[in-house]
Amino acid sequence: MSDIKITIIDREGEAHVVDAPTDMNMNLMEVVRSYELAPEGTIGICGGMAMCASCQCYILSHEDLLPEKSYEEEDMLDQAFFVEDNSRLGCQIFIKKELEGLEVKLAPEST
Amino acid sequence: MLLSFQLQMESRMIKTDIIIIGAGPTGLFTVFEAGLLKLNCHLIDALPQPGGQCSEIYPKKPIYDIPGFPEVLAGDLVKNLMEQIKPFSPGFTLGERAETLDAQEDGSFIVTTSKGTKHKAPVVVIAGGLGSFEPRKPPIPVIGNYEDKGVAYIIRDPEVYRDKNVVIAGGGDSALDWSIYLADIAKEVSLIHRRKDFRGALDSVDKVEELSKIGKINLITEAEVVDLKGEDHLEAVVIRHKDQVSDEEVKPTDHFIPLFGLSPKLGPIGDWGLEIEKNAIKVDNAYDYQTNIPGVYAIGDVNTYPGKLKLILCGFHEAAIMCQSAYQRIFPDKKYVMKYTTVSGISGFDGSRKEAKREVVKSIN
Repeated sequence: MSDIKITIIDREGEAHVVDAPTDMNMNLMEVVRSYELAPEGTIGICGGMAMCASCQCYILSHEDLLPEKSYEEEDMLDQAFFVEDNSRLGCQIFIKKELEGLEVKLAPEST
Repeated sequence: MLLSFQLQMESRMIKTDIIIIGAGPTGLFTVFEAGLLKLNCHLIDALPQPGGQCSEIYPKKPIYDIPGFPEVLAGDLVKNLMEQIKPFSPGFTLGERAETLDAQEDGSFIVTTSKGTKHKAPVVVIAGGLGSFEPRKPPIPVIGNYEDKGVAYIIRDPEVYRDKNVVIAGGGDSALDWSIYLADIAKEVSLIHRRKDFRGALDSVDKVEELSKIGKINLITEAEVVDLKGEDHLEAVVIRHKDQVSDEEVKPTDHFIPLFGLSPKLGPIGDWGLEIEKNAIKVDNAYDYQTNIPGVYAIGDVNTYPGKLKLILCGFHEAAIMCQSAYQRIFPDKKYVMKYTTVSGISGFDGSRKEAKREVVKSIN
C-alpha cells in the first residue's frame, strides 16, 4: 500500500483531503467517485474514456508534473463548458507518487 | 363519428407484451430472453439508432469483458445483438423519448413518447442506461427564455432558416456540417468556435474554410457567445473574443444554434414515482429487479442495489432473471420450466427455426 494525499475541492467549494492509492491504476475521476465527492451520474459518465467532460477539474498545483493532454482529451475539453487554462479531465490523470500533495477543484456540472 | 375516432386512436396504440425503454445492449438482449418465453417486445429509444452508448459514444472502442468474446468492438456487439434478436421480430420506436408512464385499471401500462406515440403492455422494463441523450446547453443564464424563440439545439427543419441570419456555435462535426448546409439557405451563417482548430472530418473543415474565404460563412474563432438579447424573440448574441474580455461584440441575429454534442440525462423517468437513489432506480435484487411499481422493472446501468456493477454482462444477467418474473406476471397460472437453447433451439416469431443438428442413428452392417 502506498497512498498519497490529495486535496479535492468539490463543486460546493468544500475541500477534502483524501488518500489516493498509487498502486491501483486509479485515476483522479475514480478517486472522486470512490469518496463520493460528486453525485453518481454527474461524473465519469463515459466511464473514463475521455469521451465526455463530466470529470473536468482545475489543476491548482503540480501542473508541470502532469502528462501532456492527448488528442482525445483536447477534443473533449474543446467542446466542454467552463473551460480554463488549467482545465483537465480527471480520468486522464493517473495517481502516482510524484503527485503527493496535488490540489484540484471540480468544474461545475454542465447541464 | 366518435366511435370511429376512438377506433382510430386504438389502432394507433402499439400493443406488446413487454415495453423496453432503452435500446442499448441490455434492452436488446431482453428481447432475446423474452423471445425464448414467447413474449413479444417493443423498444423505445430517444436516439435515432439502436445500441445506446455503444453506438452513440464509443462504437469503435474494443470491449474485453463480454464473456466468450476476448475482444469485440462496441459497434459490433450491437450488430451481433441485433442479429441475435432478429427471430423475435422486436418493434422499435426510435428518435422519441419516453415521456409518461400511465398505469391502467387492468394492471397494464401505457407509455407515451415525446412525439405522442402510445405503447401498451402488461410489463414495462426500463433499460435506460444513464438516461436519454440530450443536447448539451451552453451555460448562458438567459438561454432558457429564448428556447423555441430563436434558440434551438437541434435543427429539425432547415427551411425555418431560409433568408435569416443564423449564428451557429461549436467546433465538432454537427456545427461544421450544418454551417455548410445552411450557407446556401440562410441569409448569413456565422460559425463561432472557441478555438482555431476544428475537430470534424477533414472534408468538412476544408469546406468550411473554403466557404469562409468566399464569404459564404462568417467564421469567428477564439470567441464565445456569452449572452443573448431580445424582447420576446432573440434579436442578438453577445460575443466575447478571447483576450478581449472588456470588449464584447453585440451581433444581431434571428437564430442561435449551439451544437455542443449530447449528454445523457435521466429525464422524465425521474418523475414516474420510481424510487431513485444516486441518479439510478432502486430495484429488488434479491428477486427480479422489479421497481417499487409492480410490473415496472429496471435493468442494466439505470438500476441500483447493494453491490451493483455497471457492466454490460450484469445487464444481460438481469435481463434473463427479469423476463422469468415478467412471464409469471403475464401468465400467473402457467407453469414454466426454463429451457436451454442447446436443448430446445430457437423458434422465431418470424417462422425461423434454429436447433442443434440431430445425431443420426444408423447401424453399420
